[in-house]
Amino acid sequence: MSSRLLFRWLLVGEWRAHLLQALVAIIAIALGIALGFSIHLINSAAYNEFSTATKHLSGQSDLQVRGTQAMFDEILYPTLVQHKSIALANPVLEFDVVVADKFADSRDNKLTILGTDMFRAINISPDAIGISTDGDRLDGLSDDAIFLSPAAMEWLQVKQGDLLQLRSGVQTVTLRVAGGLLRARVGQRVAVMDIGAAQWRFDHLGLLSRIELKLAEGINRDAFKISLAQELGEHYRVIESADQEARINNMSRAYRVNLNMLAMVALFTGAFLVFSTQVLSMIRRRRQFALLRVLGLTRAQLLRQVLLEGTVLGTIGSLLGLALGYATAATALHFFGGDLGSGFFSGVRPDIHFSWLAAATFFILGLGVTLLGSAAPAWEAANAKTAPALKSGSEDIALVKLATPWPAIACLVVAGLFTLFPPVFELPIFGYLAIVLLMVGIIALMPRFSALFFSAFLAISTKKSSAAVPMLALSRLANAPNQASLALGGILASFSLMVAMAIMVTSFRVSVDDWLGQVLPADMYVKLASSGDKGGFQPEQQQAMEAIPGISRLDFSRALQLTLDPSRPDITLIARPVDNDSPEKIIPIIGEAMASASFPAGSMPIWVSEAMVDLYGYHIGNQVNLPLGKAGEVAQDFVVAGIWRDYGRQFGAIQMQLSDYQQLTGDENVNAAGLWLQTDTASEQVMTTLRALPFNDALEISHSSEIRATSLKIFDRSFAVTYLLEMVAVVIGLLGVAASFSSQTLARAKEFSMLTHIGMVRRQIFGMLAAEGGLLAVLGVFLGFVLGWTISLILVFIVNPQSFHWTMQLHLPWGWLILVALVMVISAALTALLAGRRALSGNTIRTVRED
Amino acid sequence: MQFLKSIVKCCQLILIVPLIFLLGFLVSNVHSESSRLLTVVPDYKLTFPHDYGAHQDFRIEWWYATGWLKTEDKEPLGFQITFFRYATDHDTANPSLFAPKYLIIAHLALSDPAVGKLLHEEKTAREGFGLAYAKEGNTDVKLDDWTLVKEENGRYLVDMQGDDIGLQLSLTPTQPVLLQGGDGFSRKGPKPEQASYYYSEPHLAVTGTVFRQNKPQTVTGSAWLDHEWSTAYLNEDADGWDWVGANLDDGSALMAFQIRHKDGSKLWSYAALRNAAGELTLFEPEQVDFTPERTWQSPYTDAVYPVAMRIRTGEIEWLLTPLFDDQELDANQSTGTVYWEGAVTLTRDEQPAGRGYLELTGYVSALDM
Repeated sequence: MSSRLLFRWLLVGEWRAHLLQALVAIIAIALGIALGFSIHLINSAAYNEFSTATKHLSGQSDLQVRGTQAMFDEILYPTLVQHKSIALANPVLEFDVVVADKFADSRDNKLTILGTDMFRAINISPDAIGISTDGDRLDGLSDDAIFLSPAAMEWLQVKQGDLLQLRSGVQTVTLRVAGGLLRARVGQRVAVMDIGAAQWRFDHLGLLSRIELKLAEGINRDAFKISLAQELGEHYRVIESADQEARINNMSRAYRVNLNMLAMVALFTGAFLVFSTQVLSMIRRRRQFALLRVLGLTRAQLLRQVLLEGTVLGTIGSLLGLALGYATAATALHFFGGDLGSGFFSGVRPDIHFSWLAAATFFILGLGVTLLGSAAPAWEAANAKTAPALKSGSEDIALVKLATPWPAIACLVVAGLFTLFPPVFELPIFGYLAIVLLMVGIIALMPRFSALFFSAFLAISTKKSSAAVPMLALSRLANAPNQASLALGGILASFSLMVAMAIMVTSFRVSVDDWLGQVLPADMYVKLASSGDKGGFQPEQQQAMEAIPGISRLDFSRALQLTLDPSRPDITLIARPVDNDSPEKIIPIIGEAMASASFPAGSMPIWVSEAMVDLYGYHIGNQVNLPLGKAGEVAQDFVVAGIWRDYGRQFGAIQMQLSDYQQLTGDENVNAAGLWLQTDTASEQVMTTLRALPFNDALEISHSSEIRATSLKIFDRSFAVTYLLEMVAVVIGLLGVAASFSSQTLARAKEFSMLTHIGMVRRQIFGMLAAEGGLLAVLGVFLGFVLGWTISLILVFIVNPQSFHWTMQLHLPWGWLILVALVMVISAALTALLAGRRALSGNTIRTVRED
Repeated sequence: MQFLKSIVKCCQLILIVPLIFLLGFLVSNVHSESSRLLTVVPDYKLTFPHDYGAHQDFRIEWWYATGWLKTEDKEPLGFQITFFRYATDHDTANPSLFAPKYLIIAHLALSDPAVGKLLHEEKTAREGFGLAYAKEGNTDVKLDDWTLVKEENGRYLVDMQGDDIGLQLSLTPTQPVLLQGGDGFSRKGPKPEQASYYYSEPHLAVTGTVFRQNKPQTVTGSAWLDHEWSTAYLNEDADGWDWVGANLDDGSALMAFQIRHKDGSKLWSYAALRNAAGELTLFEPEQVDFTPERTWQSPYTDAVYPVAMRIRTGEIEWLLTPLFDDQELDANQSTGTVYWEGAVTLTRDEQPAGRGYLELTGYVSALDM
């Protein structure tokens, strides 16, 4: 008989008999792979499209010059055009405006406008030139003309010739849709107009956002980049497209990696399921294998047989997973875009691209974990002593080897050590490894826990009662701990993951809620729908607001973007009145802030968010420079006077005194105001007064309670995908419970026949099974809770600070945890019962005879 | 995509099409005639150096120079440079330094019989930041690093370095300015407002350097400069024009043009002949006839150009023969904004008479895009 034929017989025979288990294992692998692959596809499509779309409009420039703030003086432009090393310089003014018709939708009402000089752009970024379809080429210069990308036209429901009302700061500008931007990326919402018109109509006179450069022939880009940066000084940044990519990459990397990690967790759960399926199958076929060995099958052949079975499972599961993942990703991208609720990749519509490399990686991953799950059982099966294995009831012995505690304990120790390690490439790699090792270690120690727990339980309950059914269940669990632990492992793995995720998300949510309370001390907030970095409330408008009756206090604030490092996303600078002696009144300071008496002479205090500590190495007492003030003036010293928690801006934020800011920059405008009402004033009254202001059209007025509610809504939306992952973990966990219970009860058919034979009624056997299932689930849920809680500590205190640079307090969602625990226990008991019914439907006489 | 590319290219091209196209095409493209612009009227007295400079109150203006050069190896070479100033209808109230109130467009072409086809480059920019301008008071035009300046002593300096070709020339006047139409008022059609202010500087002595692939060649030669400005546009029935400006060996200067009707007939024509003594003869439209002598079909556009032309001015019969046939300015085949601008030799009543430049526009049907 050929070995191939034998392989087929054994495999087909096993699967035919236990189709459900094979299916469950395949589904588990497939789900894990599908999740991972689809998240990868969605994220990479979104990332690539976002990156391409960003690069698309900056054309084929060699370098870009930007200011450290969003805009800079156009005076630099002629200097660069005439620079002998620069062949072409393309000035660009980029800003967002609010579309009047979309004003109500504050999350999605902004349109990005690129102001360009078509005669300069044509040689560097020809795609950023508006095209009129009626042949009027010079219309691109008209000061009332705007050109929209197809996606923007579709979004705004306009066509060539229509008028479009746009708001910038307190003014409304009406422009004529003069044509299209046919080569904009699909889904990219962007508008182009003449740079001179844009500067004038939107009150950006004298300002540019960037200058794109093409270098003269023979100029070394890298060397010139450095020399130009030196020439221009600290108020400008010279950027190449690699920096821009790094910037986009930095912006979303933590988010993307963490999502992928969650998918890996699902895959890991799947691998565990394969492991338990294979172990159970080995146990069931112990005598079959022993017989084959006696008949002349070598150990190597047997090992190969088991591994091949695993390979088939893994291959089918992985392929299914890839197909499912691709379909899911395509559907999600089609219906929801690539954003996944994160907000990182809005404004683009990515297409799915099948990547062979990624597919191969995930396939190997799927197959790898399956083989890993099969390896230990295969080894045991191949090395089993033939003679004892032929006997009945030796199944539990088979698992003894798996229960050697040392590797498991080693895993736990290493996991503990890993939690002490710093991030790698700003990612919490060791944190994740610690989680994996922790799970492996605890699951491997399961048999010990289960033996200890049930033996102790048995000892206690024997003294108190002697009811037959609970005793039978308990002694079974206490004396065959290895088999019990397999079912337990499934419950443990999925429940612990759910617990960990739930604790993490709850901790985060509660912390965000607290934080919102701290950062929104005023009763009402007024801001401009769009002010960009320029514009805002001018002094006379500020006075008009201060004059409103019924207000006890009015705090203006100025927010703008600063580029400290061109390869990182911009940080936010917020200038507002701060009490130097007790900044914690309006800033959520962590720990102690520096006392104003100890500020170094001549330094202005700044309070920085936690991300500034992680990303830029700021510490309390540090003296730093910021690119504020006018170019050429002596740089002002700042001292870091405190560190605060910021969930709003993971790339870093700095707060400073508004008076310091105004003194330094001469910029008198502000973007927002916080209003404290007098105790006897109704907010409606103030609202009415605000609405009567001449510039009320552009105002966004909100109560702090509304902002809080909206923020939490956004939070929940961002975590929508993790809720989905939790659901998947629940499904995989329950599948595991079903598979391991049904296979165990089937394997115990002989035991049940014997029990029936000696007089137990079926009801009692069902009771025993339900008790076993319930008890196991109780232990699994308990251990799962402990493990999940430990993992959540790693997530809350290591993974989050290292990925997103913010800390949070631990909060446990008891209600939800108890609910899921009950569902787990009940479903485990029910599954055990159902599986038992099937096992007992067989022929008692035949089974006993077989024994 | 291809379609779009051509449109983008087209936009680019529109801005570089010289002379008649700009005069007619661009002006017909603006929404309304801006009141800030002046119209050309008779009886205006040109004064110099003021009128060498730019005239911001008129829609369009150009300084155009052509000539025959000789390399040190005695090889003939033709050149053509043009700087346009074009007033847009952009709101003059816009204080932005980027406000595109005026456009500066420049064009550079070389005719080398050894190459067998025209080499050309072009640029466009909005006036501003001192990067591109056409100054008043004297000829002083700049577009990035391309410049045309008239010095105090009357000499023109041209410095234009393109990607593949370049010129550094000095053009020294040897004769007084030639006011076209007698007083610089040049009619372009039957209606009186269809006119421009127009003077020429023939017989400019040229010295300087021509660059090809960054290799310099010393050259000498003789050039012709036109400066013309106007606001009103061509007759709507006009199809294109044929123009010649020539420095004759005996020191005379000849300029002649005809504006063709869409039906092929003559809409308007003009010629001026000034002899070495400075006596100017002007010819009425009925005295000037252009008759194709030989045509050349462009292999790129299939357009048929009368590259050899017989011109009658009064009793005189001129025959124009091209330096070589393929002097089509083939900027982009897909748009059809293509014309012929080439170096020619002239005979007067069958006797060799001199050299000049012939411009043939409106021969590609796809012109009205």
